[in-house]
Amino acid sequence: MKPLALIGRIAQLLPVLLGVSVIVFVMMALTPGDPVEIMLADQQATPEQAQALRHDMGLDRPALERFGIFIGNALTGNFGLSFFHRRPVFDVIAERLPATIELTLAALLLALAISIPLGVVAAVKKNRLVDRLAAIGSLFGVSLPGFWFGIILIILFAVQMRWLPVSGRMDFACEVAPITRLMTIDSLLRGRPDCFADALSHLILPALTLALPMAAVLTRVQRAAMLEVLRSDYIVFAQAKGLSRRRILWRHALKNALVPTVTVAAIETGSLLGGNMVVETVFGWPGLGRLVVESIFVRNYPLVQAAVLLYAVTYVLLNFVADILYTLLNPRVRL
Amino acid sequence: MHSTRSSVTEMTAPLLSIRNLKTCFPTRAGLVTAVDGVDLDLYPGECLGIVGESGSGKSVTFASVIGLVRSPGYVAEGTIRFDGTDLRNLEAEQWRQLRGRDIAMTMQDALTALNPALTVAEQIEEVLLAHATDLPRKGRWEAARARAVEMLRLVGIPAPDKRIDDYPHQFSGGMRQRIMIAIALSCRPKLLIADEPTTALDVTIQAQVLDLIGDLRRELGMSVVLITHDLGVVAEHTDRVAVMYAGQVVEIGPTQELISQPKHPYTRGLIGLIPRLSDLDAPIKPIEGQVPELIGLGGICRFHDRCDYRLPQCRSDIPMVAVGPGRQARCIRAKENLS
Ligand SMILES: Nc1ncnc2c1ncn2[C@@H]1O[C@H](COP(=O)(O)OP(=O)(O)OP(=O)(O)O)[C@@H](O)[C@H]1O
Ligand code: SF4
Ligand SMILES: [Mg+2]
Repeated sequence: MKPLALIGRIAQLLPVLLGVSVIVFVMMALTPGDPVEIMLADQQATPEQAQALRHDMGLDRPALERFGIFIGNALTGNFGLSFFHRRPVFDVIAERLPATIELTLAALLLALAISIPLGVVAAVKKNRLVDRLAAIGSLFGVSLPGFWFGIILIILFAVQMRWLPVSGRMDFACEVAPITRLMTIDSLLRGRPDCFADALSHLILPALTLALPMAAVLTRVQRAAMLEVLRSDYIVFAQAKGLSRRRILWRHALKNALVPTVTVAAIETGSLLGGNMVVETVFGWPGLGRLVVESIFVRNYPLVQAAVLLYAVTYVLLNFVADILYTLLNPRVRL
Repeated sequence: MHSTRSSVTEMTAPLLSIRNLKTCFPTRAGLVTAVDGVDLDLYPGECLGIVGESGSGKSVTFASVIGLVRSPGYVAEGTIRFDGTDLRNLEAEQWRQLRGRDIAMTMQDALTALNPALTVAEQIEEVLLAHATDLPRKGRWEAARARAVEMLRLVGIPAPDKRIDDYPHQFSGGMRQRIMIAIALSCRPKLLIADEPTTALDVTIQAQVLDLIGDLRRELGMSVVLITHDLGVVAEHTDRVAVMYAGQVVEIGPTQELISQPKHPYTRGLIGLIPRLSDLDAPIKPIEGQVPELIGLGGICRFHDRCDYRLPQCRSDIPMVAVGPGRQARCIRAKENLS
């Protein structure tokens, strides 16, 4: 990666962030509802008190001025105070982020673990039973909403069979001192297999719910890429060399056919961020997605603004990662 | 190189023997019979040239031999015997052991035949690891690597110990061609099928590559099938030559005799394409017309529409006839002295 390309990338980020800020700000300004009223809903507050709070939070100023202040502060890395927590937005988000990262990574790994082998097998057994089943499964995965899977999985494994917990991230009994703040990893690092099992049992259903739609897309990508690769001359030549079938498929073919899958996976991980909001809410997962949903309901403007900016940055960065992965997997391309 | 072939051919058993080979491709337009009744014998140590226009079935014939006809194509009829084995009834594992070790192939296009995502080192070493039983048990990988470097040196890649970890795209076209040859030859096969090994190369490199194959042939005693468009290459490097047209062998014989006295009108046409040293200024006379569609042919000589010597009798299936010692041609007028 040349430094020039890197600078280009970062420059590209700026208009995106500005645009996203404007859109979110306008949308929040247009949606009816007053955070102060919501905050004071079950307290006996006088109009004067409400006015004082409003002034305190800067809500009595005109919208344009508020936006200007927001942008000015954001540029210096200050996202203000979260209305409800009365703590810096930054801290509140940082607290919730690890749970979301853990869930997203787990979902990504699951999606890859499902889609790569399935896509390869579907391509090799083209038009046979496995391929047909994979196609039907993918169709469901792409077309059904993510929360639907979540609810079905909860009913099936948590309510009916009682194998897995319905919601949450961890039992209270498992208080491991944080290292990475990813519970599954920390519990392992601290030598607590019981906590690992607990963390995993909480993680598996929401991760699967997030993973299934993504796996559906990636299976199609992997299958198409594999079919294309299997037609190429170098596969015939590999056969003419008398290599084992396993080596031809999983080394010669897959190394080439992984390129689109991994690239699309990196980009799709950006869409997982959106899926997170629904899934975290359905599963009571204490991550950023749920926080954002809650914040939208109570018009917690500063937090929503900051979170959406974070999503935008992540999304752009993931696209960047996709490009880098593409280069790494594809020796012919040099950025 | 082309010495006492005819006497040898009469005594030894062929290494490869193809009889009545028929290979078909179902297509929307109908069943394409890309190879239609090919008979060929290849003797140990011999170099057999296969010539013919594009689409005449050269590649498909030998894809059939090595069992790698692209789907949906299939071998419909015929027998293929190699070194005492019936190649039409092999299990997958038997194929795996045979390919690369006893029969090796280089493909027409080295650009696409090497895997772009794997280093050259891996692509040579894997053949050795798959087949070479004489690698030591301990340090197999190191031994394979050393031999891979050796093979690259043999085919004339400069600084092979450094270049071996490069990817195919880092080499020039000629070098890739040689790398493919190094891969094919690394297990010292009994038979090398070289499909257009020199088409993409400039003349000097072309000669180098062909000389290399020739040297290795003598050294290892292997047989070579040299598929090419180029009769000049055939004249210089093969013992015998088979001319293919529209899925059939139309003439076969010892190279020198076939070139100096072609019997089939198509072969005459091809030879008209080589500029002669004596009159380099004479225009090359291309054969007019096109190869027919390979669908539902039969009942007429396939060269009929393009033939200057056709007769009413040519409207029938034309058999191969002997036209001299070790020579055959598929033409009813092959024994006449045409000019
Ligand atoms: N995959 C395929 N599908 C349909 N027909 C095919 C296929 N491959 C080959 N053929 C048919 O087989 C014929 C012979 O092809 P082949 O590749 O053997 O020709 P060739 O003599 O090697 O030509 P070239 O000199 O261009 O390599 C083609 O003309 C085509 O009609
Ligand atoms: S058989 Fe007849 S048409 Fe065919 S090549 Fe001979 S002369 Fe020409
Ligand atoms: Mg060919």
